[in-house]
Amino acid sequence: MATSQVTAALAAHPFLEGLNPNHLEKLAQLAFEVTFEPDQIIFREGDPSSFFYLITSGKVALEIAAPGRFITIQTLTEGDELGWSSLLEQVNKQFRARCIDPVRALAFDGPRVIAACEEDHEFGYMVLRKILAIVADRLTATRLQVVDVYSAKGAHGK
Amino acid sequence: MSLILETPAAAGRPAMQPVAARVASIIKETHDTFTLTIEPPEGDPVAYFQPGQFSMLYDFGVGELPISISGDPERREHLTYTIRSVGQVTYQLVTRKPGESIAIRGPFGSSWPMKEARGKSVLIIAGGIGLAPLRPAIYHVLRHRGDYNRLVVLYGGRSPRDLLYRKEFAAWGMLPDTQALCTVDYGGVSWRGYVGVVTTLLRHVRMQPTETIAMLCGPEIMMRYATRELESRGLPPSQIYLSMERNMKCAVGFCGHCQMGPYFVCKDGPVFPYTKMKPYMDLYEL
Repeated sequence: MATSQVTAALAAHPFLEGLNPNHLEKLAQLAFEVTFEPDQIIFREGDPSSFFYLITSGKVALEIAAPGRFITIQTLTEGDELGWSSLLEQVNKQFRARCIDPVRALAFDGPRVIAACEEDHEFGYMVLRKILAIVADRLTATRLQVVDVYSAKGAHGK
Repeated sequence: MSLILETPAAAGRPAMQPVAARVASIIKETHDTFTLTIEPPEGDPVAYFQPGQFSMLYDFGVGELPISISGDPERREHLTYTIRSVGQVTYQLVTRKPGESIAIRGPFGSSWPMKEARGKSVLIIAGGIGLAPLRPAIYHVLRHRGDYNRLVVLYGGRSPRDLLYRKEFAAWGMLPDTQALCTVDYGGVSWRGYVGVVTTLLRHVRMQPTETIAMLCGPEIMMRYATRELESRGLPPSQIYLSMERNMKCAVGFCGHCQMGPYFVCKDGPVFPYTKMKPYMDLYEL
């Protein structure tokens, strides 16, 4: 995929909505397209965090290993970001990411993005604000799952 | 003072007086939820309901409960209820055998805004057993397809084994101008659908917010977050409707068990405009 196509794909991705053209261009320089097959593992729990992805099509299951089985705790699809922990240093992957459908994504090498953020703090601030919004959304969603609103006691607690 | 109350639907019969109905069938939907179909007396007003209304089902000698009607409002030979077996009365109701009798009162309460939704898109957001009171609204839209724009059904459940009406749900998703998406809180490796809270499905919906009517039913926490998400996506609060649930006894606004602020859920609800419920949804005391 040519850089101009990458830039266009990035501009259309909801994660980067509102990012200024210079910052978009900077990210485009760091991005490359990847594809995965159904059931392919993108990363495993415990893997060193290296890449993060902006999914452009397909569906990925985030799974956690339980004794004898895997439990899917979230699915990520077109418009979602996968692997934000790669923007933190010395953090390993917390979950397994498995493709449910054929997946297309734009990939970024975490350490290179971190270096770009260090070099240009305004750019870094914008990227981290975007990441923080994702983390906040995921935290809210996870809290709602933990509440178990659909259990027999239900949300009414009776 | 007379204690005999009448509802328009049951004109001529006191609202507190049940009528016997024969159990036609019981279908197991999930490990704990069943769909009960009964045959009311032919032509009886008890069968003339609007989408979103409920009946009081009485198991003789056990007790009475409010249960939303989950069937097609235009098939009056049967009344259908989807019941989660969580207590003594619900257990007794779902273990009745075809041919046995139960008693019924109703229909009671307000209904989904099907008239207001004409010419607009209909967005249904259901959680858990909350899909049951919304199913009559879906049937209505499908029967009168030309009166409505797009139909979108978003459904969240605890796990794949808790999802209701799975075949029917999949069939809805195949219809033109209809989108039916479901998600679960926890899925196994064999589940290839969505996992996450129901509000995450809104990202996959393309609708003109100002031309959409949203109808929500499910756990209140879910509805609270869903209304916030809808508002953030530009849906005016006046176009959002919720079905509320409270303990009920009389079903006609007499006993006060289901009071919620200035409203009785049985009589003023269960379907409310969000604008009326908004001040009360965050109150712990209610």
